[in-house]
Amino acid sequence: MIWNAFHIALREIRRNLTRAFLTVLGIIIGVSAVVTMVTLGDGATESVKNQISALGSNLLVLRPGAGFGPRSRNAPAFTLDDAWAVRDQIPGIAAVAPIRSSNFNTIYLQNARSTQVTGSTDAYFYVNKWTIAEGRMFTQQEYDAGAPVGVIGETVQEELFGPGINPIGQKIRVGNSTIQVIGLLKGKGQVGMGDQDDTIIVPLPTIQMRLLGRNSAHDINVISISAEDGTNSDLLTYQINALMRQRRNLHANQPNNFHVFDTRQIADTLSASTKTMTMLLAAVAGVSLLVGGIGIMNIMLVSVTERTREIGIRLAIGATAHEVLLQFLVEAVTLSCIGGLVGIGLALGLCTVLADLIQVPYAFNSQINLIAFAFSAGIGVLFGFAPARRAAQLDPIEALRHE
Amino acid sequence: MDHEHLIQLQGLTKTYGKGSASFQALKGIDLSVERGEFVAVMGPSGSGKSTLMNILGCLDVPSGGRYQYESIAVNELSTNQRSLLRRHALGFIFQGFNLLARTSALENVELPLLYRGMSRRERHDMAISALESVGLGDKLRNTPAEMSGGQQQRVAIARAIVTHPTTLFADEPTGNLDSTTTVEIMELLTRLNRDRGITVLMVTHEDEVAEYAKRVVRFRDGHIESDVLNEPVLS
Repeated sequence: MIWNAFHIALREIRRNLTRAFLTVLGIIIGVSAVVTMVTLGDGATESVKNQISALGSNLLVLRPGAGFGPRSRNAPAFTLDDAWAVRDQIPGIAAVAPIRSSNFNTIYLQNARSTQVTGSTDAYFYVNKWTIAEGRMFTQQEYDAGAPVGVIGETVQEELFGPGINPIGQKIRVGNSTIQVIGLLKGKGQVGMGDQDDTIIVPLPTIQMRLLGRNSAHDINVISISAEDGTNSDLLTYQINALMRQRRNLHANQPNNFHVFDTRQIADTLSASTKTMTMLLAAVAGVSLLVGGIGIMNIMLVSVTERTREIGIRLAIGATAHEVLLQFLVEAVTLSCIGGLVGIGLALGLCTVLADLIQVPYAFNSQINLIAFAFSAGIGVLFGFAPARRAAQLDPIEALRHE
Repeated sequence: MDHEHLIQLQGLTKTYGKGSASFQALKGIDLSVERGEFVAVMGPSGSGKSTLMNILGCLDVPSGGRYQYESIAVNELSTNQRSLLRRHALGFIFQGFNLLARTSALENVELPLLYRGMSRRERHDMAISALESVGLGDKLRNTPAEMSGGQQQRVAIARAIVTHPTTLFADEPTGNLDSTTTVEIMELLTRLNRDRGITVLMVTHEDEVAEYAKRVVRFRDGHIESDVLNEPVLS
């Protein structure tokens, strides 16, 4: 009997396609809005997480100065011993990479550009999640000797060498020295905070002794710290702060002249706020879905009045009140389900286009699609019932006389 | 009770409204209709003939008395059971045709079969043969708007007979038609009554139309005024 009612309902829908389309427009817009919002919101959250985790594994960054910007100018730099102290005295730390970096002019044949050169230990590759795409990283011997070797990022390879040239083994001019390329990093892509791939990694002694002048050559700009999985970031940050205050002889009334930047915390905060934003947008879109449902009820009620005679005919030729109720209910549910499906289809297209446009990863979220579809079907039942019952309660004689 | 009759009414009454504002449309009707009869029900408006037809057609319920269709006590049936009786035994044609707009003749005729849960193929074949029997085999795809009044009424007749009903109720079937078409439709109804043995109960106020019936029942003020057999029509 359901199947029969479905068949009759489909006929009715086909008989008046324009009306059907206008009826479900609200549902289409509502469903596609909800699905698009949630999908893109998820994508944005994912993107934030990816960007942060691309920086390093459980990465904490120790920088001189009380924060970013000019306040860090006059703060004293770190020493190599600071890095080793952090590594050796604080529990729960997987690796520490002392970093000395600076911008240099780089030249290969007629191509020249300015690039960030980073001097560090081999731990840097682990801490900042760099993997070698081609070639190799520097050896311990090369490190100890401060050998003129370096591993370049994808952007440097593209800009300096261009396609078709294997950079491995080539020599490039960096500042006043010559560096031999021994490896190529696997690209991380454009991340929110700039192009990570525009980099050259060299052994720490190389940048200190060969590339930089004698002046402040042994300063450490940044100490990258990788925490072990499952460590408490708050405790770790507290411990690092305490250690550094002690090492830098700060009195109790003096503020920190360094700061710890905890990427995990930043990631959590950012993804929490994007999630809130997503929920908010989805709620707004959900209201439009509700309005769409009321639209269906409105049209179905008008439709019952408009089709009173038709209902009379159906009753006269032997349809039971139950079947008329079922027909109108199935009609409303079918309409709203079709609306839901079209909305999901529309959302699919919208997400693909928009995800590309605003540069967030697009992942098909089957859960929200299912929820949105179930919701639209539920709206059909909810808002279809009142008109359907009104139709079923019509008196056949009255209905047949209706003009 | 006698089971020979197709329809038997005993003291049937119908009252509209309540108290002093009430109006008794039928004041105790006794009537029997045999299988295969062609009965014209006549009378001025307000005489109770339409009320009787609605009750006989199971569209309305009597206030009192007894209505027996074959062996079924219709006055004891629920709304739902009356729907099923209509579906399986009764056919209706109306003055205003009452076809579904924007729907082809074929689909209109298939409509009652849909409620019988028949297969697509069966529905299709039965609807086509019904339309062919009323002479509309070439208008299957036409919608009501594309047909003349006479053609629309023939679609309505096809819809009424497609389920092979025992009884056909016709409420002023020629009321909206010109005289030539009236003759066509009445000859069609006569043929269905004669060849298929379908019992026809027809409300009309035109004497020429009533002449096609074998029996004429006249109503006045909720009573049967006269009940006579027609002279056989030579055709």
